[in-house]
Amino acid sequence: MRNRSTNCLFVAIIIMGTLTLNGCANIGVKPWQRDLLAKDEMALDAQGIDLGLDDHIYFSKEATSGGRSFAGGGCGCN
Amino acid sequence: MQLNNTKNISISLAAAACALLNTPVQAEDESQADDWKFDTAILYYGETDRVQLAEGVLNAKKDFGEQHIFNGKIAVDTLTGASASGAVAQPSAQTFTRPSGNGQYAISPGETPLDDTFKDTRVQLSAQWTQPLWENVTGSTGGNLSKEYDYFSLGVNGSLAWDFNQKNTTVSGGLAYQFDSIDPVGEAPVGLSSMVINSGQFSDDSAFEQAFNATRTTDDKDKSTVDLLLGVTQVISRRMLMQFNYSYSVADGYLTDPYKLLSVVNSEGMTQDILHENRPDKRTKQSFYWQTKYASDYGIADLSYRYATDDWDIDSHTLDSRFRVKLSGNSYLQPHFRYYQQSAADFYQPFLIEGSLLPSVASADYRLGEMTAFTVGLKYGQILDDGREWAVRVEYYQQSPKNSAFNEPGALQDLDLYPSVDAVIAQVSYSF
Repeated sequence: MRNRSTNCLFVAIIIMGTLTLNGCANIGVKPWQRDLLAKDEMALDAQGIDLGLDDHIYFSKEATSGGRSFAGGGCGCN
Repeated sequence: MQLNNTKNISISLAAAACALLNTPVQAEDESQADDWKFDTAILYYGETDRVQLAEGVLNAKKDFGEQHIFNGKIAVDTLTGASASGAVAQPSAQTFTRPSGNGQYAISPGETPLDDTFKDTRVQLSAQWTQPLWENVTGSTGGNLSKEYDYFSLGVNGSLAWDFNQKNTTVSGGLAYQFDSIDPVGEAPVGLSSMVINSGQFSDDSAFEQAFNATRTTDDKDKSTVDLLLGVTQVISRRMLMQFNYSYSVADGYLTDPYKLLSVVNSEGMTQDILHENRPDKRTKQSFYWQTKYASDYGIADLSYRYATDDWDIDSHTLDSRFRVKLSGNSYLQPHFRYYQQSAADFYQPFLIEGSLLPSVASADYRLGEMTAFTVGLKYGQILDDGREWAVRVEYYQQSPKNSAFNEPGALQDLDLYPSVDAVIAQVSYSF
């Protein structure tokens, strides 16, 4: 009984591992497929000025800050 | 003739001087146009009957070649208006001493006490240098400095990013240290001391001053914060990019807001005393951040979620989404929606009950209480020649503080102790 459970677990791990590896193989692009990713507006910090100003507002008005980048400080913000 | 010669020589000399002076200036102009990238913005933030903020930002970026990048930023802002003090509304008028000890302000019956002495100007400078260190490894280091009337802050940071898997995966790690020093107007009050209010009980001004000074402390009011940030960025497909960040932050020192107050009420809900708040002197925060960007044929979707938790028992969830819709003629329209929710700090108390045991730490600052907030906004931008761009955005932000199961005695039941805060955000930006 225990052997059957172990076997099931082993098979499950193999299946999950294979699926994960297959998934990984499909993740990502070749260098010549970066036409869209290379655009300025696709950068994670595109519109950095807006994000910086928003961080300042929410830092002053809410109890949580940071996450996207360093939480920082430098503001009495009453 | 001699006169003419002199005149000619003068003209020639002037022309030569102009040529000498102008040439490098023109050359610099050309190199600036090619190399430096400037982002500028002016922001207005205004709450109904409360805080108003105007902020200007200039960001300058230059690639010195081979990805040696400098980024410098200057921000100046000015703040005026009233901020909720933390004291509760009352059915009768209330009088408070100004933080400086000079003068008083009165609050009408039923109104949330707001401290209208709030006024400040802040200047912030920051610089960041990024360059490749080894093959596939990029290093970045920077500093920032910020000064306002009663506050000074200085910070440094450093991080490393490693690209692999054909640059489809980037793993990064960074550390930041921030030192903040606060020098409150009228010196910092002793935590949980009673506000001294001159109601005619003092024989003269010096007697009031003596009583006021007895509630003040001149110790250094500093704090230091260390942040650790770990991240993984993964290209998912030709259209999709994803990032996960984990951050751990420890703040140590004076974390109290010296201007915030706390009402002590009796069983009828009537204020008997006003205390100065007192917060713990340490806070450890963790946050988990996920962001994804997707380029569709119609535009770019930007979605992020952050879960944050800390040892003050504040848990928060933040969902942020932007969708940049391409319009004809190099312009775009970008709706923005943000939702935020936080639980209350374990020492948050909207008021204290007279006769109950006085806690060692307590704050009635609504920003530490249970709250939800949302932002809706719209941005319109246009891309011009030579990489120039202008944009305008307008947003509406609403905070809705909540009562996290505090029983309201007597008169407090008829008063709005958790008023919502409405704000408008307007911004114009230009990049060149």
